[in-house]
Amino acid sequence: MSTESTPAAPRFDVDRRLLVARLRAVLPPRSLLVDEEDLRPYECDGLTAYRELPLIVALPANEGEAQAVLRICHELRVPVVPRGAATGLSGGAMPHRDGVVVSLAKLKEIVRIDPLARTAVVQPGVRNLAVSEAAAPYKLYYAPDPSSQIACTIGGNVSENSGGVHCLKYGLTVHNVLRVRGLTVEGEVVEFGNAALDAPGYDLLALINGSEGMLALITEVTVKLTPKPELAQVVLASFDDVTKAGNAVADIIAAGIIPAGLEMMDKKATHAVEPYVNAGYDMNAEAILLCESDGTPEEVAEEIGRMKAVLEKSGASEIRVSQSEAERLLFWAGRKAAFPAVGRITPDYLCMDGTIPRKNLARMLIAINEMEARYGLRCANVFHAGDGNLHPLLMYDANQPGQLERATAFGAEILELSVELGGTITGEHGVGVEKINQMCAQFTPLELDAFHRLKAAFDPAGLFNPGKAIPTAARCREYRQTGRPGQGGALSGAVPGTSSNFPDAPRF
Amino acid sequence: MTAVLEQWAGRVRAAAADGKPLRLRGGGSKDFYGRAVAGEADDWLDTREYAGIVAYEPTELVVTARCGTPLAELEAALAEKGQALSFEPPHFGAGATVGGCVVAGLAGPRRAQAGAVRDFVLGAKLLDGQGDLLAFGGQVMKNVAGYDVPRLLAGSLGTLGLIAEVSLKVLPFAVATQTLRFAMAQEAALASLNRWGGQPLPITASAWCDGVLHLRLEGAAAAVSAATRKLGGEMGGEAVAAPEAAAFWAALREQTHAFFAAGALADAPLWRLSVPSLTPPLDLPGAQLIEWGGAQRWLRGGEAATPAAIRQAAQRAGGHATLFRAGAGERSVSDVFQPLSAPLARIHRNLKTAFDPHGVFNPGRMYPDF
Repeated sequence: MSTESTPAAPRFDVDRRLLVARLRAVLPPRSLLVDEEDLRPYECDGLTAYRELPLIVALPANEGEAQAVLRICHELRVPVVPRGAATGLSGGAMPHRDGVVVSLAKLKEIVRIDPLARTAVVQPGVRNLAVSEAAAPYKLYYAPDPSSQIACTIGGNVSENSGGVHCLKYGLTVHNVLRVRGLTVEGEVVEFGNAALDAPGYDLLALINGSEGMLALITEVTVKLTPKPELAQVVLASFDDVTKAGNAVADIIAAGIIPAGLEMMDKKATHAVEPYVNAGYDMNAEAILLCESDGTPEEVAEEIGRMKAVLEKSGASEIRVSQSEAERLLFWAGRKAAFPAVGRITPDYLCMDGTIPRKNLARMLIAINEMEARYGLRCANVFHAGDGNLHPLLMYDANQPGQLERATAFGAEILELSVELGGTITGEHGVGVEKINQMCAQFTPLELDAFHRLKAAFDPAGLFNPGKAIPTAARCREYRQTGRPGQGGALSGAVPGTSSNFPDAPRF
Repeated sequence: MTAVLEQWAGRVRAAAADGKPLRLRGGGSKDFYGRAVAGEADDWLDTREYAGIVAYEPTELVVTARCGTPLAELEAALAEKGQALSFEPPHFGAGATVGGCVVAGLAGPRRAQAGAVRDFVLGAKLLDGQGDLLAFGGQVMKNVAGYDVPRLLAGSLGTLGLIAEVSLKVLPFAVATQTLRFAMAQEAALASLNRWGGQPLPITASAWCDGVLHLRLEGAAAAVSAATRKLGGEMGGEAVAAPEAAAFWAALREQTHAFFAAGALADAPLWRLSVPSLTPPLDLPGAQLIEWGGAQRWLRGGEAATPAAIRQAAQRAGGHATLFRAGAGERSVSDVFQPLSAPLARIHRNLKTAFDPHGVFNPGRMYPDF
């Protein structure tokens, strides 16, 4: 199914027979998928609302094969869409109908772990959690922990600059990657960063993180490993009012505390989760906060004491501290299962990803409540409160006429309010195809033009992931002219964050 | 745009039309750093005309300031609320500005633990080479909308445009701090630093020089005292009194420490080698000072080694070398930064053209060809 609603990607005039013949010369037969039944599993990523059949799927087994594929694609002017585990929620790995999907699934080797240097060199197809598992014998781990970490890969993490629940203290992917080795669109080997803490010239490594497969094809990544804290404990605080909970987040930070994790769930979210996980959440609370401390036992005891004092002063109605590792994991299990739990109580949902200044958390929750009434849809709220990153889950039923459109407009209004409140349309899921219209709300035509020029500095031919991440000027003109969300028709094609390829995988 | 920015945009457009470069300069505290700007005498733009803290809310952990804001003023405002720039930027003079701090991209003793300048840049307003004011990033911690231009600007030496305003992540001061001193040879210091780095110890700075290793612990009071006991007891570390310790780390950051200041600084080149922390002692002539857990090595008095030999040593180790302070008369003729590979050099030139198509801003400050 190549849907009408797919955001228009530029078309390329490709001679498929010639392309297949050329690729067959450089890849073993099993590494090249050309039949429709083989291509079908690649038609979408975690954003299943958008589907497109690729022309061909190539599965290079090493950098040399990937290089050969890129050289041919460059010579024949064929689009290239890089793909990892396809757990992404914004359609960044959605195929191009005239292009080759380059799956990095076969590049899944942990090249080496250097415990003394505290680094790991891994191929892009290595799963996030596999890095921490391999580092565990040395009491080290890879800090960024997106909730899809059992499935998502390092290459994809770099491409999206993935976060997780611990990034307030330990940083995003960009803060934990030392070097990215990759291929330019022409197929040249290029290294961004190195084994030291910085590299000469512009910080291209920072630019590659979060570039959504638009600038280079990643073939190897050096990540930083972090010593495992000796102990972690989490405080579970209940509030009878969302404003109090929102303000408590600011109070924690104002007290000079940087928690290892600081998460918030509203009543609709806890009520969806509790029957599913039995995490022991307070069912009477309007909102709960999970506030984690890690470090040495002395450090944790001291910090938990400070956290409790602040939360009490902020008006928490109940405070519990995990008394064992099992209890800590149980408190987190509810949070981690929020998406699948909501998936159980509604036929469909959209997951938003705006980020706002923390001080506006309560204001956003109140605005969302008002929107729920206006759009006639329910919304459960799960926030990475510590960094102001929101994941409102908009529940709808695609089989009820008009609900998808209402949910889409509801989502767009949340994202535009995020921008208005001084935030952004996406904190960690990426723009992909999903939020490409909202980019027009966040950036001026001149800024978007600068992004296009930046892209061309790496990829003059425009072959890496065409049509994603940055909207064209024409698209934005149309978006601005055809009205605003809430009045219908504004966001034709924007169907954010629907359910995924991995419905049971926990995610944020 | 404000009047100052309007006026600057006009100057940028005029410079672009005339094909004349514009040198960007704040307090001039880092004039020594980088290559000399081509056509330096022609025209320079004083960024101090656009100064002031635009927004600072301690609970958001973000401060937004104009380019010409004195770095000292910004740090004082943060300190009032118990917060700081965790990357501990060197000032290198009373006139240091926020804009200069970001484009120089230099971090102090805490870099290995806390991160570099770019790790704290959240947003920037940039006057580009066509005189357009563009806003990238924002004031929030997590933001993946569009390419990460704000971080790209850190360390760009003003070659991509004029940062009019920048938003930086800030963090609270540590509750407790303790500096320890160890008598240790270089090999032993490197081995210890790498071993400790793999343990959950609150080490936030290290410096080895002349047989003495200084180690700074910062964090929760309980964590610092536990680490002090462990490292003091087992390893024979000697506690340094707080005022002396603060003076030591400040002198290291500002390069007023004897290693940097002794002798005729103006005449001796100072090299900065950025290498993997495990790199064994570098076999180069001259004195060395080691920071960042082994990842930053300063080399002085290495005149016996050619620049090529120094760069080769850094590259062999997996890193790179910078002629941080050139010797007298060397600056305009020297390459300051390690040469780039062919594809990287091409991407750099393309990026320069993307933001500054007429080559207005600081041409030649980073590399001779752009």
